[in-house]
Amino acid sequence: MQLLFESLFNGVAIGSVLLMAALGLAIVFGLMGVINLAHGELIMLGAYTTYVVQLIFKLPALQPLYNCYVLVAIPLAFVVSGVVGILLERTVIRRLYGSPLETLLATWGVSLILQQFVRSVPMAYAAGLILALVSGFGLPLLLPSGWFAGARARLIRLGSWAFSAFLGVCLAGGLASQIDRIARADARNVDVTAPQWMRGGLEMADMTFPVPRLVIIVMTVMAVVGVSWFLNRSVWGMRIRAVTQNRSMSDCLGIPTETVDVLTFGIGSGLAGVAGVAVSLLGSVGPNVGGSYIVGCFMVVVLGGVGNLYGTVLASFAIGVLTDLIGAGRLLSVWPDMPAPLASAVEFFATTSMAQVMVFALIVVFLQFRPAGLFPQKGRMVEA
Amino acid sequence: MFQSLQQRRWLLVCLWVLIVAAIVAAPAILPVFRLNLLGRFLSLAIVALGIDLIWGFTGLLSLGQGIFFALGGYAAAMYLQLSNAGDLPNGIPEFFGLYGVKELPFFWHPFASPWFTLVAIWLIPGVLAGVLGGLVFRNRIKGVYFSILTQAALLVFYNFFNGQQKLINGTNGLQTPATKLFGQYVGSDLMQRWFFWVTAVVVILIWALLRWVVRGRFGDVLIAIRDDEPRLRFAGYNPTLFKTLVFGLAGALAGIGGALYTVQSGSASPQFMEVPMSIDMVIWVAVGGRGTLVGAILGAVVINFAKSLVSEALPESWLFIQGGLFILVVTALPEGVIGWFRGEGPGNWLNRLGYCLNILGNWLIRWGNALIRQSTAFPWLNSLGINTLGNWLIGWGHALNSVGIVRRIGTYPRLELEGQVEVQP
Amino acid sequence: MSSSLSKRLFAGLAAASLGLAVTACGGGSDEATNATCDDDGNCTVTVGILHSLTGTMAISEKTLVDTEKMAIAEINAAGGVEVDGKNYTIETIVEDGASTWPTFAEKSKKLIDQDKVPVVFGGWTSASRKEMLPVYESKNAFLFYPIQYEGQECSNNIFYTGATPNQQSEPATKFMYEKSPAAGKDFFLVGSDYVFPRTSNTITKAQVEQLGGKVVGEDYLPLGNTEVAPIIAKIKKALPDGGVIINTLNGDQNVAFFKQIQDAGITPANGYYVMSYSIAEEEISTIGSEFLEGHYGAWNYMMSIDTPASKKFAADFKATYGADRMVADPQESAYNMVYLWKAAVEKANSFEDDKVREALIGIEFDAPQGPVKVMPNHHLSQTVRIGQITKDGQFAILEETDGPVSPQAWNQIHPDSTGYACDWTDSSKGGKYKL
Repeated sequence: MQLLFESLFNGVAIGSVLLMAALGLAIVFGLMGVINLAHGELIMLGAYTTYVVQLIFKLPALQPLYNCYVLVAIPLAFVVSGVVGILLERTVIRRLYGSPLETLLATWGVSLILQQFVRSVPMAYAAGLILALVSGFGLPLLLPSGWFAGARARLIRLGSWAFSAFLGVCLAGGLASQIDRIARADARNVDVTAPQWMRGGLEMADMTFPVPRLVIIVMTVMAVVGVSWFLNRSVWGMRIRAVTQNRSMSDCLGIPTETVDVLTFGIGSGLAGVAGVAVSLLGSVGPNVGGSYIVGCFMVVVLGGVGNLYGTVLASFAIGVLTDLIGAGRLLSVWPDMPAPLASAVEFFATTSMAQVMVFALIVVFLQFRPAGLFPQKGRMVEA
Repeated sequence: MFQSLQQRRWLLVCLWVLIVAAIVAAPAILPVFRLNLLGRFLSLAIVALGIDLIWGFTGLLSLGQGIFFALGGYAAAMYLQLSNAGDLPNGIPEFFGLYGVKELPFFWHPFASPWFTLVAIWLIPGVLAGVLGGLVFRNRIKGVYFSILTQAALLVFYNFFNGQQKLINGTNGLQTPATKLFGQYVGSDLMQRWFFWVTAVVVILIWALLRWVVRGRFGDVLIAIRDDEPRLRFAGYNPTLFKTLVFGLAGALAGIGGALYTVQSGSASPQFMEVPMSIDMVIWVAVGGRGTLVGAILGAVVINFAKSLVSEALPESWLFIQGGLFILVVTALPEGVIGWFRGEGPGNWLNRLGYCLNILGNWLIRWGNALIRQSTAFPWLNSLGINTLGNWLIGWGHALNSVGIVRRIGTYPRLELEGQVEVQP
Repeated sequence: MSSSLSKRLFAGLAAASLGLAVTACGGGSDEATNATCDDDGNCTVTVGILHSLTGTMAISEKTLVDTEKMAIAEINAAGGVEVDGKNYTIETIVEDGASTWPTFAEKSKKLIDQDKVPVVFGGWTSASRKEMLPVYESKNAFLFYPIQYEGQECSNNIFYTGATPNQQSEPATKFMYEKSPAAGKDFFLVGSDYVFPRTSNTITKAQVEQLGGKVVGEDYLPLGNTEVAPIIAKIKKALPDGGVIINTLNGDQNVAFFKQIQDAGITPANGYYVMSYSIAEEEISTIGSEFLEGHYGAWNYMMSIDTPASKKFAADFKATYGADRMVADPQESAYNMVYLWKAAVEKANSFEDDKVREALIGIEFDAPQGPVKVMPNHHLSQTVRIGQITKDGQFAILEETDGPVSPQAWNQIHPDSTGYACDWTDSSKGGKYKL
């Protein structure tokens, strides 16, 4: 019983990290049909954001609030990854709607650039750049729209960008002067240390539940609930689904499809940023963080069935439980006297690396029987 | 008509003579190291040809060609390891000792035979590709789903090869330079030269084969699959069969490329099956021009040479360059360089260039005229040579103008030249 | 007839091209190396440095490039290398191995064939060394490899300045079994999935058995994978009441591992002690010492060694590259190998491979860790130290061998190599002979 419970917890723990990472991808891929290979790098940006926020909170002035830096990091990571995502959508992906294979290649290029970006650009300057972008794009939305009409529009636009650039330079300069570690480019992996209350384990009924895992599970649940509420109940969510189902009809009915695209992509990317916060609690933060999650994310989305949130949830937990079952060799402890050949086979796969082989192979086999995943989209499929 | 055809034929013959001469003479011109690189990149071009066949012509984007590439490489390396194992203590390759393996794993045995290996190099990857492809195509999985599945398969194989130290030496891979073939070290300059020639010949043969394939009815079916598969199916064809066949063929080509690459690079490594490598392969084709066979070869060779040169000079900038290249090619040159070249690209560019030169020329002429006018108004300026300068500028302007009048498509109007002012004595 | 004719034709062409190649390369580079002097008597020699500057390994390997460059700058400042009464300034060509092992072979070929360097300092992972080895052997060139590794190799063309298992893992295992707080308890082995952890753990398993202990489990994490939850579950199952964990994980996987074992209650306070072979000061600063405090490490050099040489090394490095930088064992090995090469060249009075190789054996050097000496098996005799990680991210040295321990290229515990040794000074013995 305890074994079952432990295994289940482990599976859910592994699955929730996967789910967190794949959630944004499920939105972008499921609703827009865009294969974003740079998704992993958006996760990485979220993780680096956590790192920078952590360092800022280590400054003497903010030291007393250090314990809640993660709470600040989550929305910031969402914004950072979201803005980079929107930028990506506006500049590259927008040109490639309708040709997913091309998108795939272009976003791979973006992912390479982002990887090298965090290696060769000091974090302080990167933060300044992001702030400038956020404010540059955000100011026109915040200021009264009347300012941006009429003769002075160009001047004001220019002014708002100049102001944004100034803000960015200020932030970059401030960070670089205050925090030595992010003033220089650094290819090394960096560490994110969770605040004290997020560390250690909860002892319960003879078992230890690691707190960061619990935090991630809570984060994941909140993210899933939030996303499903947004998509199903909110006005913009309905617009997004409408555009997914029939773009031209939505367009005719007055839904601003371009805005919907930006919004969808921004939210998907932002969720990747939040996943980055979660990932940084578990392991190190480095330029290659994204690469270790991206294929797993795609597996989750494909296994779950495209465009179906519940499928994504179920798929990630299924993968999590399977990984734990196979990787930790649980079958042997449940059924100690299984026939020798079977036992040796189980042992062969009871290493972490072979478990990954096995899980992926199982997914590929499963898709032979259910090509459209666990929950296929109902109705007529649009030929991709 | 007849004459022009004959002229073209002569041109072709000349071209081929040039190519053959280049291949034969390459070892004399290039330093050993660069020759070796060229040979390796040519073997990558074989893989690229296969990808071009399935992606450029059939529309199947595989992100898992690394599997077949590595399998071909491993087949070759296993034979080489075995052919030398005779003088080793246990009669098995040395690395087994590291993991306490005393007996050769069963699947190694057939690779002791050179003939089996020669067949296995292309048959094993080909059949595997056919089987994997057939399973996927049977379910009408296509588009990006196919790509993702091939990538998952790639990861499965990578982890397996990387993790199985006791079977195939895991991460370390199988090294070949210190093994012997025909009594020579595989890594020796002599052998490497021969491998280069063999690779070059194989590339040409495969290019010819694929050219024949895509120009025939089979090729028409492939293009039909790419452009409208349902319609082809309604016309009574079985696309699954064709896709399976062509994917198997591409797999076999990747295997051959892998084997040739391995003997020239010195090892078969599980890193051949890393995700970036397989995506790179696709990019070579994309840059060179999908749907054009020459493009695939050129893309593979040129990009890899660029990579090796850039990484010597500015290693850290390669990722930026590569990433930028991907985005540029996909958004601005979807047909690749060769496709662009064959289309209206060069004409447009020349035209634009000509237009710019023309404007520049006119500017210069105007300047020259102005200067000369000045010097007639204030004769003392003449002593400074303003007049000569003006004449000089006018001369350049005319030259640029005539260069600038390059027109292939009549998009841009030809600009009229302004009259030249007589120079006052 | 026709086939023989074409064969002859081809052979002729080949010969012709060969001749062309020879004449093409013949201009000016008759010497085996690139050491040259200009008319003013300024002499230079260019050496190769080959590490990953990009990719996953760049994090670690760049620190070696820094150290090697520092050593070379020091040598140049002190007058360079003296050969034939001429002082050669050392210049470097740095090539990028890009964290892909076959690239190491490619770049080695370039350094040897194209740049004609007399020596290459390079490599980190065993896989990269295994790729380079046949290249250096077939071209009879010269490589220095600075990392502690699994042994079981002894090439005439490589000098290994890192520790062999009997200079790191064996004393460490013995320490853990006999003197650590978990003495006598069971062992669990964790590693990344590649050759060093696998081989090292084979040795550890045999050794623990010899000592009378028990290894109750082992697991390997694929490189690049950071999901350690299944491994933690296994450790908790196999070692319910604490024990020794031997850790050979690589790079960033350590971060995930140490963060998560602490949360899962696998801590020194609960009786679990981790002995790591790949965690040096640099890694401690990345992982965070709060996760590592109380665990162990074994190295030849530790930054906390309290000798003037060690302090000077650390201070020089910080002065060159910034106060927050660390020095660690791999860097010290990298530093040593440059000086060893310089000493050998001066002893041989030549840059020629064979002479330098002969001269290298027996060379002694006062390294930051203490005296080291190049042994006939191309490895170094070094001092072994075992330390416990402290709060401030350093090792508290608990045990130190009396003097340098001589290296075993072929491990005497590994079942496949017991009774073998390596001696390149004696042509009848060579790379692997029976004792």
